[in-house]
Amino acid sequence: MSADARPGSLRIGKLIEVVTADVRHTAVGRVGAVLVMVVDSSTPAVTAALVRVGDDADEPQVTVVAERVTVDARAHGELLAPQIQAVLADGGAAPGDLAAVVAGTGPGPFTGLRAGMVTAAALGHALDIPVYGVCSLDGIGHGRPGRLLVATDARRKEIYWAVYDDGARVEGPAVDKPADVAAQVHAAAAAGDGADRYAAVLGLPVLPPLYPSARALAELAADRVRAKAPGETLTPRYLRRPDAVAPGARKPALP
Amino acid sequence: MKTEPLVLGIETSCDETGVGIVRGHTLLADEVASSVEEHARFGGVVPEVASRAHYEAMVPTVQRALDTAGITLADVDAIAVTAGPGLAGALLVGVAAAKAYALAAGKPIYGVNHLAAHVAVDTLEHGPLPEPAIALLVSGGHSSLLKVDDLAGRVEPLGATIDDAAGEAFDKVARLLGLPFPGGPPIDRAARDGQIVIPFPRGLTAARDLAEHRFDFSFSGLKTAVARWVEARQRAGEPVPVNDVAASFQEAVCDVLTNKAVDACLDRGVRTLVIGGGVAANSRIRALAQERCDRHGITLRVPRPKLCTDNGAMVAALGAHLVAAGAAPGRLGLPTDSAMPITLVTAGQ
Ligand SMILES: [Zn+2]
Repeated sequence: MSADARPGSLRIGKLIEVVTADVRHTAVGRVGAVLVMVVDSSTPAVTAALVRVGDDADEPQVTVVAERVTVDARAHGELLAPQIQAVLADGGAAPGDLAAVVAGTGPGPFTGLRAGMVTAAALGHALDIPVYGVCSLDGIGHGRPGRLLVATDARRKEIYWAVYDDGARVEGPAVDKPADVAAQVHAAAAAGDGADRYAAVLGLPVLPPLYPSARALAELAADRVRAKAPGETLTPRYLRRPDAVAPGARKPALP
Repeated sequence: MKTEPLVLGIETSCDETGVGIVRGHTLLADEVASSVEEHARFGGVVPEVASRAHYEAMVPTVQRALDTAGITLADVDAIAVTAGPGLAGALLVGVAAAKAYALAAGKPIYGVNHLAAHVAVDTLEHGPLPEPAIALLVSGGHSSLLKVDDLAGRVEPLGATIDDAAGEAFDKVARLLGLPFPGGPPIDRAARDGQIVIPFPRGLTAARDLAEHRFDFSFSGLKTAVARWVEARQRAGEPVPVNDVAASFQEAVCDVLTNKAVDACLDRGVRTLVIGGGVAANSRIRALAQERCDRHGITLRVPRPKLCTDNGAMVAALGAHLVAAGAAPGRLGLPTDSAMPITLVTAGQ
């Protein structure tokens, strides 16, 4: 995948900062519009975004006010909270201005995924606002025409995957070896860092993005935000059991 | 008059999700959700199982602590959280949650050392800690001897286990004897009906070991000695006197721990010994330490058992001490450190 300098896009790097222009005008002031914090940590792209969800039919439903994405698979716990603080500052907003939190619920590598989800849960708890979960793969497949395989890197030479038909998830999420997915899935193209990494095995043209889009996650939760739906206790989509083996017979200490 | 700092503490370094709230040296809430039963069939803590349980328990446990203390998050002066040492994935759940609470409520955050928190918790029971003090911290994850010059920042490691933690030895011997996990409480109970009749070895107490390991511990040889003794009985077709083995094993552990702790007090001219960690809940170590401290005019401070095991109150207690001492809070980007050295009382300033 080539780097792309267009605002709102992602490229591999230490810190990618995306701030839309003129945020102070968009953050507040719209009648009926509310501010929502979007977090996703299901992939190496640690994502925090301040978005505005409007209820005006003439306006786009979701506007990204400020977004920060850092691609670093090993620092989710360190990066996320400062990024949340930064997008609030970028948007001229305070935590108390938030009306809801939207969190990607994976699937994703356990430790990083939990960092984002517990952050979202604690934010919602502390601010007494609802938290809404969205499957992180939907943040890649949402709004895409045709039949698309979305795959992110699940480590251990496996991928987390789902299939989308005109943006709607029709299979998955699941975790499997790329070759097994290739054998059973029919799609015109693929997206996600897992699709990119295993492009040769999957045999599908790879489209952007590599990682879930905060805007897409917000759009998928927008109806719940507008309806002020009750928040959820989010369940991480681990898709794998913990590595744990009950001990076998003890080795004797005597020879 | 300035009131004492009100601090909420979060602990997730092992298998207990602990949330405590203290005001100065006063305990207001101590809520613990444990995943110990989920680990029992594995004979030890499974990190990913613990981390999943922390995630599920976090928000409800914080809410219970706030309810018990009768406060809201807006009332607290700071959030404290265990930054290390401990299980990396487990630590991260607590630290990420603490950051979110701190950010949302606009409060300073303190990432603190778990071992220092085990010392600080004693202030909730016995008031301010005389400094310097010697601290013996013993649990399933750690066995350390420390000299605490300043709980807010200067702690000197004197010694530690060179193999198994003391609590680990209890777990392994319990399994050998067919007792449940965790092994501390059942061994303590069995030992009460047993006699100290088997001369199990005392690790690192021989003259040749003392030069290099005067304040270090070793429990691996003891564990093996118990296993050999039990197996020899079984092979001879004789019954295993579980209570006597438990009592003799427990005595060997507590003898070494208290001997070295008192030796450290005498060597450094320190008049206060604090014992903390899950093994400090053991009745024999409490009795033996009291006896030996009395003999040498050392003041022994051991918190009640509920405060000895991992909990959030100990983290809050250290946090309150740090706030009162004017220590700098941490950054929102503060890292977890699974091998955090005791020379660091706080992380990520
Ligand atoms: Zn501990």
